[in-house]
Amino acid sequence: MSEKKPGWKEIPIAGVPFISSLEYKTGDWRVFKPVIDDDKCIKCLLCNIYCPDMAIHVKWDDTGNKALGVYVNYDYCKGCGICADICPVKAITMVKEER
Amino acid sequence: MLKEEVVGQEERLLNGDEAAAWAAYHVEPDVVAAYPITPQTIIVERFSEFVADGLVRTEFVSVESEHSAMSACVGAAAAGGRAFTATAANGLQLMNEILYIASTLRLPIVMAIANRAVSGPINIHCDHTDAMNVRDAGWVMLFCEDAQEVYDTIIQAFKIAENPNVLLPVMVSFDGFLISHTAQKVKVFKDPSVVREKFLGGPRKPAKIKLMGHEVELSLNPKNPIPVTFGPLDLYDYYFEHKRQQSLAMQNAYEVVKEVHEEYARLSGRRYGDGVTVPYRLEDAEIAVVAMGSAPGTMRYVIDEMRDEGIKIGLLRIRLFRPFPYRDIIEKLRNVKVVGVFDRAQDQGMMGGPLFLETRAALYELESRPKVVNYVFGLGGRDAPPEMFREAFDELVGINKGTIKPFIRKYIGVRE
Repeated sequence: MSEKKPGWKEIPIAGVPFISSLEYKTGDWRVFKPVIDDDKCIKCLLCNIYCPDMAIHVKWDDTGNKALGVYVNYDYCKGCGICADICPVKAITMVKEER
Repeated sequence: MLKEEVVGQEERLLNGDEAAAWAAYHVEPDVVAAYPITPQTIIVERFSEFVADGLVRTEFVSVESEHSAMSACVGAAAAGGRAFTATAANGLQLMNEILYIASTLRLPIVMAIANRAVSGPINIHCDHTDAMNVRDAGWVMLFCEDAQEVYDTIIQAFKIAENPNVLLPVMVSFDGFLISHTAQKVKVFKDPSVVREKFLGGPRKPAKIKLMGHEVELSLNPKNPIPVTFGPLDLYDYYFEHKRQQSLAMQNAYEVVKEVHEEYARLSGRRYGDGVTVPYRLEDAEIAVVAMGSAPGTMRYVIDEMRDEGIKIGLLRIRLFRPFPYRDIIEKLRNVKVVGVFDRAQDQGMMGGPLFLETRAALYELESRPKVVNYVFGLGGRDAPPEMFREAFDELVGINKGTIKPFIRKYIGVRE
């Protein structure tokens, strides 16, 4: 997560983006990280729908019809906590990041 | 030593604003976007006439405010064009937000400022408060003494701004009414192509940068192999790095201002000191005065008078205010005993005007420092006659002799 970023002499001037947004890992903005308790999760997928960064993904079974669970892409999750708030069974807890 | 090759020029009767318009005419920017404000109005008024007469192919944009004027210039410069505008006082304050954006996006916009007091109370006459308010907006700032220098400096400004080691916008200031509305003989090039082709090297060529393994133009050119985005969100992970780059560009501007000034001098035959500061009778001076804008003209008259009386007094006119030429100030004022710094700007702090604070801070580097005192004068166009400066200069003589106690800041020309 905390890979070394380039110094001021290495990046282009004028604040122009020099990597695609895919490579720009916004996960390190996070203070709290969502941790999903798979035992409590009822696979309602509300967290997947509400996540503003599309950072909560669904694991589907082979048929693609049944959700097996959800998981967080920590490269892009900014830790906003909406998932934890929206979860009807409180299966998501926000845990302080340790860096 | 490069040879001096002064090219054909003609004399015209122009005021400071017209001189600025003539400079813009000879540069022929791609876009001029402006909103009228006294005492700048004549600049864009004249320039719009040049456009209407077909003398320039510039796209002239009449906008609804100064905020829009600077925004249009940002767009034009980001698209790779040369952009010019002019404003003063409250117009400059309304632009403030976009001034920072222009410098951060490294857009070489040139702007003329006919210095005017900032409201309120509302006042249209000269002081430097408008420019001083935006002194840390990331613009290179030059102050001119007369209409001739306005013409010369605006042309130089484009070359300074577009230098790949600088890429910063440049603000060219001159005193409202005192210079903007006072006609004088101004030498202009007979052939505008001397400015456009010979000096500026044709149309603006945006800098090249490396982006994701490609060499691209730092502009919104659709021919770029990959698109360039200007002005995206830049948070705590990169903002500081971009500010550090800007700081280097500002330091680079110092040498570039000198180089461009010298290169222009070889074409025009005109020099203003070394382009950064303009010393006058400082060689053996014990007393030095420091000032910007048009007041140094009056001061030189008083200095000559005092020199005739055997008083060792000289002047250092600051032409480049940003980046602040602190090393030159240290070098030029190393041997003086008393320095009087004249600010034509209101200071709302406890200590003194902006020119004073920075001059005094520069001189702190010296082991044995001169006494440095501040005079605030001429606010809102208050007359600054030779007698007023003579009185202040005599006071500096008194401080040097030890008969007058040094002070920090004094207001002169204000009724008690």
